[in-house]
Amino acid sequence: MSDHPAQVLPYGRVLRYPFSERANHWIAALSYVYLLLSGLAFWSPWLFWIALILGGGQISRALHPWVGLIFTYAVMRMYLYWAPQMHATEVDRQWWRSLAHYVRNEDDQMPPAGRYNAGQKALFWSFFYATSVLLLTGVALWFSEWIPWNLRWLRYISVFLHPVAALFTIANFLIHIYMSVFAERGAFGSVIRGDVSLEFAKRYHPGWYEEIVRESAARRK
Amino acid sequence: MSQATLRVEKISGHAGAVPGEGTQRQYTVAKLIDTTSCIGCKACEVACVEWNDMPFSPTEFNNTYQTMPDTRWNYWNLILFNEHEREDGSLMWLMRKNQCMHCAEPGCLEACPSDGAIVQYTNGIVDFQQDRCIGCGYCITGCPFNIPKFNKETKRVYKCTLCADRVSQGLEPACIKSCPTGCLHFGSKDDMRLLAERRADQLRTHRGFPNAGVYDPPGVGGTGVIYVLHDAKQPEIYGGLPRDPRVPLSVKLWKGPLKWLGNIAMVGGVIGLFVHYLRYGPKEREMELKEPHKGAEP
Repeated sequence: MSDHPAQVLPYGRVLRYPFSERANHWIAALSYVYLLLSGLAFWSPWLFWIALILGGGQISRALHPWVGLIFTYAVMRMYLYWAPQMHATEVDRQWWRSLAHYVRNEDDQMPPAGRYNAGQKALFWSFFYATSVLLLTGVALWFSEWIPWNLRWLRYISVFLHPVAALFTIANFLIHIYMSVFAERGAFGSVIRGDVSLEFAKRYHPGWYEEIVRESAARRK
Repeated sequence: MSQATLRVEKISGHAGAVPGEGTQRQYTVAKLIDTTSCIGCKACEVACVEWNDMPFSPTEFNNTYQTMPDTRWNYWNLILFNEHEREDGSLMWLMRKNQCMHCAEPGCLEACPSDGAIVQYTNGIVDFQQDRCIGCGYCITGCPFNIPKFNKETKRVYKCTLCADRVSQGLEPACIKSCPTGCLHFGSKDDMRLLAERRADQLRTHRGFPNAGVYDPPGVGGTGVIYVLHDAKQPEIYGGLPRDPRVPLSVKLWKGPLKWLGNIAMVGGVIGLFVHYLRYGPKEREMELKEPHKGAEP
């Protein structure tokens, strides 16, 4: 990735996410958690107590759309940062075919992933498209009283698609948390401090590792 | 407007049992509006504004005798004036008192996510509790009659209460009290149904309206406001009265199958990931075992 030169740091570590990308990630993460909690409060009466903890139903209703705009902003920034690296490749198609090995942690039998593996790319596009749907339907729900009666189908579509898209992001969110916090040790650190070990790169992103080695060899010449 | 003497039958956004369900011997009330004897005097509009202490609402002229184009958050009762040309070329001037229909299966209540913001009393009245309203506007989406109206200042939604405060004290709604022609009636749903059917029969047999009938749409479980129409086959001519009103399908899907699928998927997803961790553990484990962590020189 020419626009993303791998920055090799001392002690066998390599920079994966610069500060701007890390900060943006946490803007998205914190706003998403608020949206998730307040959204779940509106989703089911059994979870309405969450709205009370967040300051009451009225405050949750008032803040949810504004926080949604912050989240959308962060996701659009992610698009600008990462979209060029997220195009599907032949390796990705092989990766999906070997998914069962990945699930069973047989990573040595996986095709060599690049800077992002096919699952990460799917997560990126899932969040990008789901956020677009959530934004459009969310605006319709935000100003539902402004929608005239003969355009009421906009409300009907929005009230259904908003939770569908939200559920879709929840599935992705759960897998994202699981992979980054529990499954791949070192992944969480990469979005806090920004760097990963070369072993991490070699193991999870062999294609990216090759690139790093090539680049640093070229630099040494 | 919470009425201590009225027990609650259904509650919006409520987890668990409903406190008033089946606790009171209450007959279902209904308002009967005979559009064929309405003269469009608007006494009911004034009575509604008076009784509910609503502020002055500016009128809006749109080339009819109608007070304003649509009901407002502080104007719950509006006579709709419509000119209709019949097949024989004669003109009919239709007047329909428009307000909340107090559905037996209210779409507003079904769509509302806030615990207790919308209630249905055991007598059938559907009432908004503004102190519990969060202003999301889902009731506007759930209503097939375009009735709930949003107040931008208070961020709450308002509509006709069927004068629940009067009814709980054994009085008829204010609009009924004011009607000079007797086109408005109030009583038990059974009595009103009977009266309406008799009037419709009279119109069919003696008044030359072969299509006269009663509007009590079954799509929303019947309504607490029923109409006698000259032409029950074309309710649309009365200012867009829907022919077969139903709670929107998307609201039904959202509150029904989607809710179950979503809940199962969310709980199942968390359990599935936990089981995966128990079975396979973190990915790095066998790497830690195979090669000890060592700093590699690039």
